[in-house]
Amino acid sequence: MSGAAKRCDTALGWSAGRVTVAGRALLCAVAVLVFCGPLVTVFSGAFDNTIDPTRLSLLPGHPSLVNFRVAGARGIWHYLANSLIVAGGALLLQVAVSVFAAYALARKRFRGQALVLLAILTTMMLPEEVIAIPLSLVLGDVPVVHANLRGTLLGVILPLGAWGFAIFVMTEFMKEIPVELEEAARVDGAGELRIFARIVLPLCRPALGVIAVFGFTMIWEQYLLPLIVATDPSGFTLTVALASLRSDDQVGPGVVLAGALLALLPSLLVYLSLQKSFLAGITTGAIKG
Amino acid sequence: MRRLTGTLTPWLFLVPALVLFALFKFVPMGEGIRLSLYDVRPYLGDEWVGLANYRTVLTDPRFQDAVGHTLLLAAGTTLGSMLIGFALAVLLEGHARSLWFVRSAVFLPVVAATAVIGEIWRLLYYPAPNGFLNSLLSWVGLGPWPFLDSPDTALWSVMAVGIWKGAPYDMVLILAGLAGIDRQLYEAAAIDGATVGQRLRHVTLPALRPVVTILLTLAAIRGLRVFTEVYVLTGGGPAGSTDVWMTRIYSLGFERNELGVASAGSVVLFLVTFLLTVIIRIYRGRREATVR
Repeated sequence: MSGAAKRCDTALGWSAGRVTVAGRALLCAVAVLVFCGPLVTVFSGAFDNTIDPTRLSLLPGHPSLVNFRVAGARGIWHYLANSLIVAGGALLLQVAVSVFAAYALARKRFRGQALVLLAILTTMMLPEEVIAIPLSLVLGDVPVVHANLRGTLLGVILPLGAWGFAIFVMTEFMKEIPVELEEAARVDGAGELRIFARIVLPLCRPALGVIAVFGFTMIWEQYLLPLIVATDPSGFTLTVALASLRSDDQVGPGVVLAGALLALLPSLLVYLSLQKSFLAGITTGAIKG
Repeated sequence: MRRLTGTLTPWLFLVPALVLFALFKFVPMGEGIRLSLYDVRPYLGDEWVGLANYRTVLTDPRFQDAVGHTLLLAAGTTLGSMLIGFALAVLLEGHARSLWFVRSAVFLPVVAATAVIGEIWRLLYYPAPNGFLNSLLSWVGLGPWPFLDSPDTALWSVMAVGIWKGAPYDMVLILAGLAGIDRQLYEAAAIDGATVGQRLRHVTLPALRPVVTILLTLAAIRGLRVFTEVYVLTGGGPAGSTDVWMTRIYSLGFERNELGVASAGSVVLFLVTFLLTVIIRIYRGRREATVR
């Protein structure tokens, strides 16, 4: 075998020749610039005290924290707190709801199971945007309890509490746990909750990572929901509040970018620390979905 | 008693999920269908109008334009993301640690929230000659372009952002598909004297067909319901040139308070999405059956 074309470990047959490696490195550099460059401008813009939108660059010209001070005066920390409360609350609820539901769906056989699965599948085929208008009315007067959740963070958290994707990922995973472990515990006289909490749940840790990462991203991504739940700007999450920072004539783009940076950092941290779960979830999620 | 608790146990575990789904998915879904058949008048009581709302929304030229934009945007974003995602995947395929690093970096746009990305790109697109992208363009002798500021270029600019965020996601799935290809097929092609181009066309691409179908399904459905990027980037403007299905429904429902008409538009969107999903699933099922 000879020549670059004969390598068989990649689709393009990349060889280790000097010219090929140099060309490939150049293309990689372009790719990184195109896909990360815009995010880097956020960092430099947020710490740059020039207020000119035409002066955006990859490095801050005059480093300072003034943008964060101005954004702070416009309530950015309050919006960040809103976002973190929503993310924390909704994520806890989502994970709890998913493991409970998955335990029933994966470890039990009961009448109506197919119907429950169908119902969950329906919610997954129902784009959340489609029900935005009636959902805003329902949140104004929740059936049965007749509570008004408009203008509260709970109104953002509760609709995010049950997510079909997370339930399905969890269910698939729980099906793999050997039934012998459960039976042994049952013979020893362990109750249902004890089996759930002491045997099944600890074995689900990898799947918990996947649904936590995806849940967080899904919640942080929310835009329409917090927008329709809020009755005044004080209920906005950070992502929604960015638009009102932008339309504020008194502040420059540096302040918007300071807000954008604060909204970006949690996503980046979660991704970089749980990258494996993330990529595993994308491939399994897409194939199942 | 024991048997009763046995049948009750699964339902007790399911209660939280079912209650939340019922209150925040199924009740709104039913309510949406009901509203779409009424002239919704707060405090005056709703009036039954049959299918009039559907007629209003489907014959509204602004709505028809918005549907056209939605389809164009969905098709362009889907195809663009897939092509660039494929290019990225073949460029970055391999086990070297440096490649893993580049892949992680390129993937970052997928992780960032859409609204944040919209705000960033609004600034990058700044339409003055010395805006960020325009100054880059001037280096290669192009521009300045108005980007989001002109009805002629706004939709394409929105599409570019969608592709920028979508391509790395497609890359991950295509990479997974590439990893599943049997290396012996490449070796056999090499022994037969096939060039890399021929190998790509006759071995790699056919093997990626299932991945491509999945990507198409996901992208088509996501494309139809696009809201956040358009709302943040242009708000549907200038002059309605980037108005899409969901921004139209949003302004009908929340800005003009035409809840009935907006609900009718939502129900149509749901039906189209639903039908599309079912059709692709059936098509996929039949195709898999014929292949085997």
